[in-house]
Amino acid sequence: MSVLVGNDTRLVIQGITGTEGSFHGQQMIEYGTNVVAGVTPGKGGQEALGVPVFNSVQEAVEKQSANTSVIFVPPKFAAGAMMESIDANMDLIICITEGIPASDMVKVNHALENNKTRVVGPNCPGVITPGQAKIGIMPGFIHTPGNIGIMSRSGTLTYEAVHQIGTHGLGQSTVIGIGGDPIIGTTFIDMLELFATDEGTEGVVMIGEIGGTAEEEAAQWVLDNNFSKPIVSFIAGQTAPPGRRMGHAGAIIAGGKGTAVEKMAELKKAGITVVESPADIGQAMVSEINK
Amino acid sequence: MKIHEYQAKEIFRNFDVRVPEGKPAFSVKEALQAYDEMGSETVVVKAQIHAGGRGKGGGVKLAHNRNDVELLSSQILGMNLVTHQTGPEGKQVQRLLIETGIDIEKEFYAGIVLDRKEKKFVFMVSTEGGVEIEKVAENSPEKIIKEWIHPEDGLTTNQAKKLGDALGLKGSQLDSGIEIFTALWKAFNNLDCSLMEINPLVLTKNDEVIALDAKINFDGNGLFRHPELSDLRDESEEDSAEAEASSYNLNYIKLDGNVGCMVNGAGLAMGTMDIIKLKGGEPANFLDVGGVANPETVANGFKIILSDPNVQSILINIFGGIVRCDRVAQGVINAMETISVNVPVVIRLEGTNAKEASILLEQSPLNFIVANSLSDAAEKAVAATNGVV
Repeated sequence: MSVLVGNDTRLVIQGITGTEGSFHGQQMIEYGTNVVAGVTPGKGGQEALGVPVFNSVQEAVEKQSANTSVIFVPPKFAAGAMMESIDANMDLIICITEGIPASDMVKVNHALENNKTRVVGPNCPGVITPGQAKIGIMPGFIHTPGNIGIMSRSGTLTYEAVHQIGTHGLGQSTVIGIGGDPIIGTTFIDMLELFATDEGTEGVVMIGEIGGTAEEEAAQWVLDNNFSKPIVSFIAGQTAPPGRRMGHAGAIIAGGKGTAVEKMAELKKAGITVVESPADIGQAMVSEINK
Repeated sequence: MKIHEYQAKEIFRNFDVRVPEGKPAFSVKEALQAYDEMGSETVVVKAQIHAGGRGKGGGVKLAHNRNDVELLSSQILGMNLVTHQTGPEGKQVQRLLIETGIDIEKEFYAGIVLDRKEKKFVFMVSTEGGVEIEKVAENSPEKIIKEWIHPEDGLTTNQAKKLGDALGLKGSQLDSGIEIFTALWKAFNNLDCSLMEINPLVLTKNDEVIALDAKINFDGNGLFRHPELSDLRDESEEDSAEAEASSYNLNYIKLDGNVGCMVNGAGLAMGTMDIIKLKGGEPANFLDVGGVANPETVANGFKIILSDPNVQSILINIFGGIVRCDRVAQGVINAMETISVNVPVVIRLEGTNAKEASILLEQSPLNFIVANSLSDAAEKAVAATNGVV
């Protein structure tokens, strides 16, 4: 079992003819992801990576029954690309693009309010269900099928966690990078809801970072809903100075809020195992699972 | 991107947000010229730096006549202004704003920010103006009134009225308030701002609501829609190494420690800083070299890190995904052959082709310290600052 993506995924790549889209598209196909179409406005009728290219997402849905979209288009056009997939009633949109204006994401999220579509990202590495489907830019080979769900605001730090889970003899059910921007589609809480009912997930790794209150909200949700699977968490940015944006647009301690100390305290209160060192994620999960 | 108060007020004027008459000055001579042109007896001399709390720090003074303007301008220009937002090292004042004095009836706070939880922008006002709003938010959050802005409709007149009511504005005062709130949202929305703060927003003795202060930050991701705004950037306000790094497309933030770090990915870069601290060291910087750790980016990374004289060892931590570790290793080797790196370098490469990478490093005549895990790397980098190699 897994969540969000898997053997049922029928993927359309928005921006398939661009540099990023074609490179990562090829990697996804090699991993075994069921890529059924590409979309590049003005290039409909062509073929790319062995799949048909359409002018619109709607066509990819009608002709190839696409149910999931991954977005590799530049920031200028990314919100429009998401809107197009929302209009086409896509189940899931995974937006890899970094650098989308916050005001655009406010509008995208508004469009999602009365819609069945779910957005992951933007500014994220994507989602992978090992052995089934890899949608995004993560290196497929470091993953192994297993029963630990991993969710993270970071990219390479997620790979680090995946690597540690693997070297400790565990594997992953589904790994998701939820994105490093201030406004994102799918949140930690959304993922906890999915992992809670997923029979294939026995433990969850949550990698947070400074800025915002997503981790605190997740901690409260865990308490309110008696989430029973073990959670191991690491918060990046314990040494980050206030007022400085640490790479990600969302990683900033502003107005005295969003510090790692606060987040770690709230997580602990909710019974979550918090590791201070990013090197201890794997070992901590093993201890929790074997309890 | 941050801008100065006088620049923010210029923008306000363009959007019909009322502000006091004022002119920027880069020298005492220009300050006097501005005073002569303005025709107001009493003016305020305001230091222009990218930080709040300037008044408390002695950077905002009232001048009652021309002599005052000359004296205060010469005092403030060039002074090292220390506020709660500059850090203890302070910032040197290079620009002034000379502004007409205003007869203040009441001081308020107004601000627009992104509410991440609600996924909407929020307009906030408070009767507690002129003080640190962070303290108001903490001690008496009920004194901050919020209106969330509809993503399609924008700030409605009804909402603007509610904000004015919350400040106790009546009659023509209220009309003036509604006008200014509407205009502020228009400016915020049209220019892709990420933050706007007016502290204080004031009610004058003439029942007008005007922006006595102005702080605007722009969403860096929205700047492509507003190329004209790049003229407002003041590079002298930025750390020179950070500005140089950004010209190489590297994300660098200088810190106070002595262990330099070069990492791919912002989260892993923060995590690496954290583990250095846990192992008893202090990180000298945050540096994300991004997805492509090629010889050029690695060489530039070394240059930036070594521009900080406090650095006593360098930790390179790369998790190769799409980027192959052997390429990164070759990049590090090439860079170190061209740049003199005179501190110990600890390398930890994991992921794609990590084995090939470690062979390359071992065969190189250069003196690396190779680490086999994140924890090992941090320990070795911290030990190296103490001369333990």
